[in-house]
Amino acid sequence: MLSGWSLIRLGTVLVYLFMFAPVAVVILLSFNSSQFGAFPMEGLSFRWFVELANNDAIVRAFKTSILLGILTSVISTTLGVMASLAMVRYEFPGKNLLNTALIAPILIPEVVLAVSLLLFLQFLSMPKNFLLLLLGHVIFTLPFVVLVVQARLVGIKKEYEEAALSLGAGPIQTFFAVTLPLLMPAVLAGMLFAFTISFDDITGTLFWKPPGVETVPTQIFAMLRISISPEINALGAVMIIITVVLPLSGAALARRLARRSAE
Amino acid sequence: MAQQANAVELHNTVKRFGEFTAVHSMSLNVTDGSFVTFVGPSGCGKTTTLRMIAGLENATAGDILIRGQRVNDIPIHKRNLGLVFQNYALFPHKTIFENVAFGLKYRNVDKQTIARRVREALQLVQLPHVEDRLPRQLSGGQQQRIALARAIVIQPDVLLLDEPLSALDANLREEMRVELKRIQRELGIATIFVTHDQAEALAMSDRVVVMSNGFIEQEGTPEEVYNEPASEFVANFLGISNLMSGSVEDASADTVKIAVEGGPHLLAHPREGRGKHKGDRARLAVRAEKVFLAEQHAADDDSVIIDGTIDAVDYQGQAARYFVTAGNLSWQAVNPIDRHPFHEGQAVKLRIRAQDVVLLDPARSGNGAEQAG
Repeated sequence: MLSGWSLIRLGTVLVYLFMFAPVAVVILLSFNSSQFGAFPMEGLSFRWFVELANNDAIVRAFKTSILLGILTSVISTTLGVMASLAMVRYEFPGKNLLNTALIAPILIPEVVLAVSLLLFLQFLSMPKNFLLLLLGHVIFTLPFVVLVVQARLVGIKKEYEEAALSLGAGPIQTFFAVTLPLLMPAVLAGMLFAFTISFDDITGTLFWKPPGVETVPTQIFAMLRISISPEINALGAVMIIITVVLPLSGAALARRLARRSAE
Repeated sequence: MAQQANAVELHNTVKRFGEFTAVHSMSLNVTDGSFVTFVGPSGCGKTTTLRMIAGLENATAGDILIRGQRVNDIPIHKRNLGLVFQNYALFPHKTIFENVAFGLKYRNVDKQTIARRVREALQLVQLPHVEDRLPRQLSGGQQQRIALARAIVIQPDVLLLDEPLSALDANLREEMRVELKRIQRELGIATIFVTHDQAEALAMSDRVVVMSNGFIEQEGTPEEVYNEPASEFVANFLGISNLMSGSVEDASADTVKIAVEGGPHLLAHPREGRGKHKGDRARLAVRAEKVFLAEQHAADDDSVIIDGTIDAVDYQGQAARYFVTAGNLSWQAVNPIDRHPFHEGQAVKLRIRAQDVVLLDPARSGNGAEQAG
């Protein structure tokens, strides 16, 4: 007879299976040598990865996505750090309202955000371009960066900065010599967040991308409309590496840095 | 007589936070090389005043002068101050050397001089071999020494210490007290020290500024504020005092006699009777250590002897604190113990010398006193 605890164990295993089995299947099938991406597998091969590398459209989409991700993370993090400093270190009227407004893009459905930005652009009679796409990604990655950086900044005692100022470092020198190094784990985490979210995004990107520009997700989406090619499995495997392994290792690095700089 | 230069001057300095006035029109001079302590309960304005001098808060009104120069509009990083915090605030990501050298880097000092001065500063705080370590590898007391080294290595005009000993445990605190005083003497640097600990204030200072509710209650040498408290607040805050109300019976050139309500007549020193007349209301204070208990006292002209009974004994080892009832009044007495302390219920005689009876300034009494409890 099954005891209560074994039922719980079984349930846990099933939930995890449900969550990760599809991912495992995609990775497994990406090594399938058969023309059709389905079981049973005929043999192991890197064939689809090679074809992926030779597919110009996909390589172009990769480059776009990576460029977009890097630019988004750099801009978002820069803005996010500055916004967090204002929110945590200074008092000004309307601070709570502004802070909420900064976090709001998380709460607004992405479709709504996507359409409104598009309409706004039309109102300004500007054509869709890469800059718009970048702007859109910055808008909805910014809240994540702000949340991460603010949380850390609250924990950095003001006395460190006051000590630096008293020793003759100006406000900007103090930021670079004291605040930023102490904030670094959060800055790195924020950048990784922003990059991953940008790299992953499809809803907003579909609305904002200029004609002819594809990111990896929109490229997969386009390919799926034609046929389910085994290439997509290989692409999926690569995406998983970039969006899961990268942030996890980044987080581990950030934790180590945090430990080192902790008192 | 030559006027001694002032390291810091406050002229009617005020600090308000919205409706709340943290520091009321405060004026003060800190002479060169002196050790001045701001002491008072939390919320009395001592830290706010220190932060205004440091430039971490802007004064709402009044002037702040450092070495004769008005600094109200000079930002903190151009004031040349040494600042030490309660929680040390050593930069956790920098080594001890980098921490101590930090201020010198912004002063155009060449590398060799930096290395030499850091070494000298570390020697002064008696931690010469920790240059390569990180702050978290040092104990609290060591970290506070490094924080002190970091503050003095830049040769500041004033050293500002914000409760620097409060985070340390009791034994270390007393050791650091002596150490801090030695370093301050050696460097001859004007120092402002903020504390809520009356023992620290009395032990370390050239001058003590007792604050309460944003006002200066009294300023003077440790002996002055201890022996001649200007207000009830000061009498209560520094040690234990017996406070009484009464009226002046006689205030002549050589004797002052006061009738205490519900109690005896006390004699006070003639200096206390200045400006007093027969019939004036008076508040008076007698320190608990100045109430001498014995089974028998020899009578003399300058003291009053009262009969009392011990209510309770608080044994403290080298001394004891007694709660004594005499007539309608309760007294507290702290006396050194000779062999055995008095026991509960024992009949004793209280001797109060005229020189120990302090008449408080009635205009100042009550200001902040209710909070002293």
